[in-house]
Amino acid sequence: MAIGDFIRNSQVWKSIFRHPAPRDRRNRVVVMLTNVFLHLHPVSVRKSGINLSYTWCMGGITFFLFLVETVTGVLLMFYYRPTLEHAYNDILSLRDVATLGILRELHRWGAHAMVISIWLHMYRVFLTGSYKPPREFNWGVGVILLVLTLLLSFTGYLLPWDQLAIWAITVGSNMARATPLMGYEGPGAKFLTIGGVELIHSRSDARFVLLGGSFVGETALLRFYVLHCVAIPLAVALLIAIHFWRVRKDGGISGAL
Amino acid sequence: MSEPSTGETPTPPKETIVANVPTPEAVTAKPPTVVAATPPKPAAAPPKPTAKPAPVPTRRFFLLSWFGSWFSAAWIAFSASMVGMLLGTVRFLFPNVLAEPPSSFRAGFIRSYEENKVSDEFKDQGAWVIRAKDEKNRDIIYALSTTCTHLGCTPNWLEGEKKFKCPCHGSGFKITGINFEGPAPRPLERYGIEVVGGEILVDKSKKYQKELGQWNDESSFITL
Repeated sequence: MAIGDFIRNSQVWKSIFRHPAPRDRRNRVVVMLTNVFLHLHPVSVRKSGINLSYTWCMGGITFFLFLVETVTGVLLMFYYRPTLEHAYNDILSLRDVATLGILRELHRWGAHAMVISIWLHMYRVFLTGSYKPPREFNWGVGVILLVLTLLLSFTGYLLPWDQLAIWAITVGSNMARATPLMGYEGPGAKFLTIGGVELIHSRSDARFVLLGGSFVGETALLRFYVLHCVAIPLAVALLIAIHFWRVRKDGGISGAL
Repeated sequence: MSEPSTGETPTPPKETIVANVPTPEAVTAKPPTVVAATPPKPAAAPPKPTAKPAPVPTRRFFLLSWFGSWFSAAWIAFSASMVGMLLGTVRFLFPNVLAEPPSSFRAGFIRSYEENKVSDEFKDQGAWVIRAKDEKNRDIIYALSTTCTHLGCTPNWLEGEKKFKCPCHGSGFKITGINFEGPAPRPLERYGIEVVGGEILVDKSKKYQKELGQWNDESSFITL
């Protein structure tokens, strides 16, 4: 009676894994279908599905980088305080004082890599025509994920609260002034008036609600922090689940249908 | 019901042409008048009496009865409350009180301003107070916004070169605020300015743009 058998026959083990080891085909299928994480992945894939010269694995790399960003990001939240008083110094202390403060650099470089890999993933999907029916819905989900990834990058850009961050977000958020209908300098905003009162002005437009004020200050820092750490990651996680699910439902990872 | 009727309509003309016209010579003249009026009716009539007996329910009050039920009232109340919550949540994101500097500030006495000098003293408040000659050669004091008209960075006054230079993308403005280099599309904006009890008061809630001819407005400068 090996110790391995003792563990596998224990009630604790059996309560978690309700099937034998995946040694034969049937149990390999059961393992996939009874696990909430694994069941997003198809039970079996074509040999061509792991042909890297076809897929470049760019979607997989992007997902991996998302996991890296999530783990390192949660760890950074233990040291970073999104206030004018502390934000910049907390970033400096991560570099100079904290043990393994290189996690902050990992988070930053991972973010750059994620933006690059998601573009390359989109490029590959376009080149192989994988946006065509029945995969057009998933292309749409992917485009939203691309935008959310760029927004994650944009919101994270402000958090170090150095000169580059403040002015880059000043410039970036000023573009929101030109949002159609919702930005006070954008097309159509002048028509949104009731009895001569402007509905969209500099204190009621898209830029104002993004910054929580009329310039990039502490309210903007807090809003970007919440968007960066909670709101956008939740949306991305939800859409990633849909994205992966639809990959298998729409005919698998690659190859002709 | 729909299948037989659509299936029959193309065929009747051919049948009636064959039935009504005995000789091929008359075919060209007769069909348009005869075919259209009489023959389709007897063909379509026989099925109707057999299908009719079931009474047709009136739909006149269908929607009304639907919207008048407790079930629908509950759905309408639920949907309305959900929409209300959504709108309220959007409104929640717009702050009512801002911890931002007041929109107007005092900028000292007129006599403390020398000609062709830019005061950096109130840059934190978002304005340069300047005494210089305008294009009509009048000696005036005016307040320029420190927001670059390109993308909203803050330029710096370079005393040696006598110009405002934006560090973000290199826009340059003369002491009058007029753009002359870089990507800025229009001059810096003036703020409202007036003399109250001998002291200069800058009102940032009022803006004057040169390209709109607003620099001619009396409240955009102080004449000395």
